Amino acid sequence: MRNHGNADVSRRGLLLGAAASAALTATPRHGQAMPADADVPSAPHPGPVPIMNPVMNRVSLTVNGAAQTLEMDTRTTLLDALREHLRLTGTKKGCDHGQCGACTVIVDGRRINSCLTLAVMHEGGSVTTVEGLGTPAKLHPMQAAFVKHDGYQCGYCTPGQICSAVAVLDEIKAGIPSHVTASLTDAPQATNAEMRERMSGNVCRCGAYSNILEAMTEVAGQKMADQQNGRDPA
Amino acid sequence: MKFDTPAAANPIDQLKVVGKATDRIDGPLKTTGTAPYAYERHDVVANQAHGFILGSAIAKGRISRMDIAAAKVAPGVIAVVTAENAGTLGKGKWNTAALLGGPEIQHYHQAVALVVAETFEQARDAAGLIKVDYQAEAGAYDLAAARNGATVAKGEPDSTVGDFNGAYTAAPVQLDATYTTPDQGHAMMEPHATIAAWNGDKLTLWTANQMINWGVKDVSQTLNIPEENIRLISPYIGGGFGGKLFVRSDALMAALGAKVAGRPVKVALTRPLMFNNTTHRPATIQRIRIGATREGRITAIGHESWSGDLPGGKPETAVQQTRLLYAGANRLTAMRLAVLDLPEGNAMRAPGEAPGLMALEVAMDEMAEKLGMDPIQFRILNDTQEDPEKPGRPYSQRQLTECLRQGAERFGWAKRDPKPASVREGRWLVGMGMAAGFRNNLVTKSAARVRLDGQGMVTVETDMTDIGTGTYTIIAQTAAETMGVPLDKVAVRLGDSNFPVSCGSGGQWGANNSTAGVYAACMKLRQSVARKLGFNAAEPHFADGHVSSGGHTVPLAQAAKDGDLVAEDQIEYGDLDKKYQQSTFAGHFVEVAVDSATGEIRLRRMLAVCAAGRILNPKSARSQVIGAMTMGAGAALMEELAVDKRRGFFVNHDLAGYEVPVHADIPHQEVVFLDEVDPISSPMKAKGVGELGICGVGAAVANAVYNATGVRVRDYPVTLDKVLDHLPEMT
Ligand code: FES
Ligand code: FES
Repeated sequence: MRNHGNADVSRRGLLLGAAASAALTATPRHGQAMPADADVPSAPHPGPVPIMNPVMNRVSLTVNGAAQTLEMDTRTTLLDALREHLRLTGTKKGCDHGQCGACTVIVDGRRINSCLTLAVMHEGGSVTTVEGLGTPAKLHPMQAAFVKHDGYQCGYCTPGQICSAVAVLDEIKAGIPSHVTASLTDAPQATNAEMRERMSGNVCRCGAYSNILEAMTEVAGQKMADQQNGRDPA
Repeated sequence: MKFDTPAAANPIDQLKVVGKATDRIDGPLKTTGTAPYAYERHDVVANQAHGFILGSAIAKGRISRMDIAAAKVAPGVIAVVTAENAGTLGKGKWNTAALLGGPEIQHYHQAVALVVAETFEQARDAAGLIKVDYQAEAGAYDLAAARNGATVAKGEPDSTVGDFNGAYTAAPVQLDATYTTPDQGHAMMEPHATIAAWNGDKLTLWTANQMINWGVKDVSQTLNIPEENIRLISPYIGGGFGGKLFVRSDALMAALGAKVAGRPVKVALTRPLMFNNTTHRPATIQRIRIGATREGRITAIGHESWSGDLPGGKPETAVQQTRLLYAGANRLTAMRLAVLDLPEGNAMRAPGEAPGLMALEVAMDEMAEKLGMDPIQFRILNDTQEDPEKPGRPYSQRQLTECLRQGAERFGWAKRDPKPASVREGRWLVGMGMAAGFRNNLVTKSAARVRLDGQGMVTVETDMTDIGTGTYTIIAQTAAETMGVPLDKVAVRLGDSNFPVSCGSGGQWGANNSTAGVYAACMKLRQSVARKLGFNAAEPHFADGHVSSGGHTVPLAQAAKDGDLVAEDQIEYGDLDKKYQQSTFAGHFVEVAVDSATGEIRLRRMLAVCAAGRILNPKSARSQVIGAMTMGAGAALMEELAVDKRRGFFVNHDLAGYEVPVHADIPHQEVVFLDEVDPISSPMKAKGVGELGICGVGAAVANAVYNATGVRVRDYPVTLDKVLDHLPEMT
């Protein structure tokens, strides 16, 4: 396959950009540990570093029901697109590496770590962030339950916990099994074990777990009651 | 307001608002993502550029050459800051190592450069283009190896009472055991972050800092600019645990970057930088010796601890609680500090007591077993109602025995089989453990300003911070109670150096002192209100938004009809903390199950019974305790910064490598607060509670593992590899 013209430049740029950011997150050129007894030259560069302008791309997606079109550096994560470009700072950056869950948002009905995905990968996607669930004046039932059960302390993991909690109850309702689901044929239930397992990608260093579980249990119970009454919980 | 005699009856005792389990007033903001944290302040200043910090690749030595040429011309780059162009920098009182390294390097990932660019992606990319040549030097990174060269730290002399050696040698029952606790990371969820903006020679930092006034002073000393030119703003802080007590490199580098770039700059530490760039809880080696009579009375108690820090640093005060917790006529505590070239050691939630009790309370469990006594009985027998180093100096309140008794009852301690490894449920070995919890109550001055407006709204301003502790809510409760208004008539504004200087958040001193300061300001405001309304007679009564005196009742708001009334005051303390030992107490109870085949350890139940003075808001106080219990469970079972002893850094410097408890690790937690008011601590009659929950809980976990398996692990964390080889035969 031959590359030519602009396509070549942008492809190469994208790869270089991606390689640079991968190098930084894995073993950065500058972050390597060096033997304590030696002079340490920096890693040699394989020739002059080409100066590449960022590769820009346009992405259109729906965020909390509103259509958005952004022109962005292709290296921009969905998390930074939300926080820096759309200024929806409810979604938090705790690690930028998929290790904490603070950045959890719901994309096309499923929760994901928005730091682990590039915004350009979500052309046409539909994103729900914590701001899309409720507002201080009109809390989503899960948000209200977090307040009632003190399911947070510093509040930094909280938007991620809430987005996860909402999605977890939907996953259970949809019959998606987890590691602790005893039977793959029976519908999973919103038990403590199920919820704790499914929420374990959302770290809370303040240690509000016991209270978050109580909030979720209340909402799950309410959900079940609503279903039995034929109502669809908001 | 000077507090130098025990509190008499006062408006707080009404307990109409204070003492009630109250939803946090900042809850709707936090749960909707509308509470603004430092890095997110798009609203405060326009044209923010992004900074990215480069950390040192060596632990000790010098930068011999630094080539920033490629970074400077990289797309979007506005400026590169290094020690070479940063100007002369001082060092803050609270920092041990410089926040910007070069040419000298003091620890791994010490900041050596900041790249400022139009976007985060550009700044990060350009930081990777900086070439740094280092001249590494040999350093000391291994506490065990440095132990013999450790010395007495400045201001931390040994404490001795009676004749420890003689009494220990003569004791018919003896324990001599050594325990180790590893380096641990705060790992708060919000990375250290700052937006810096200069306006002429005035600097504003929107940052994440627990101690606003310390921060102003340290920024002033570091940048060599007057304090009055510096403003720190931290209304919301995504966890601190001691890791945000001090100004860190995000704040300094943002300020330097903004100066060079000529526009506002925002900087967050990346997660992998946090563990080596900032502070951590230092590892300890602790030797504990206990001598007792056959009846179980302690006659000799000795606790020695070794820890390390950078030159000029401080020891981890792991022996602190042993000076106070149990009776015994002959006593010895000693700390030795080794010089290590690891990142800076410093305070993490309950510094001293957290690792100290992880050792002491296992030693107590071991000693009880040697004596053939129940571990609760052993502790109760050695309870003391006075400072054991200073007979005649009483505790203001000490309900440790009651905590242990109630805890035993609620937890079903009587069902525990004292013989280890005797309870099996299927493949699980089940055990119970307990420990005493202990943490001092520290009193320190704290100021606030209160304003009453014509709508009857009371606004409190103080530079106090809420780091998840519930400060907003307890301050609102305090003002509502004192001014006789409902909670929704109070607004609380925190974390701004333009506000009166508070105690700040640390050492579990925040709640008691900051609310006492607010109480003082409110009492002053009440006087202004009374004067304004012409109530000269006896102390008027403030209730239900009204003021009454001598059969005459008027709305509170009327006092401000001609303009706002403002009062400012602070609480300051006499010597009640010298006359009385003020401490908080807990009984921790834990049940574990250990997989008899794999050694996997699971927590099943956790209970803490706490005696900590008046509990201002049982809902948020309980959260403080369960959160600390969770962190203590992490310390017991998984948390360890792994040291690369050749290269001198913490290897597992992210949240995948440094494991902290997750949902699946933590069972339902129960917390009980004993009914207690402590009129000696402050007008609030409250004490701290934010750290009590972590104090002792780790030992309770380790003791439960021992009871379940018969395997005594003295080197934390208690991971399955340490128990696996010693598990009882499977039947
Ligand atoms: S910020 Fe995405 S998982 Fe931590
Ligand atoms: S509330 Fe602070 S990390 Fe969860």
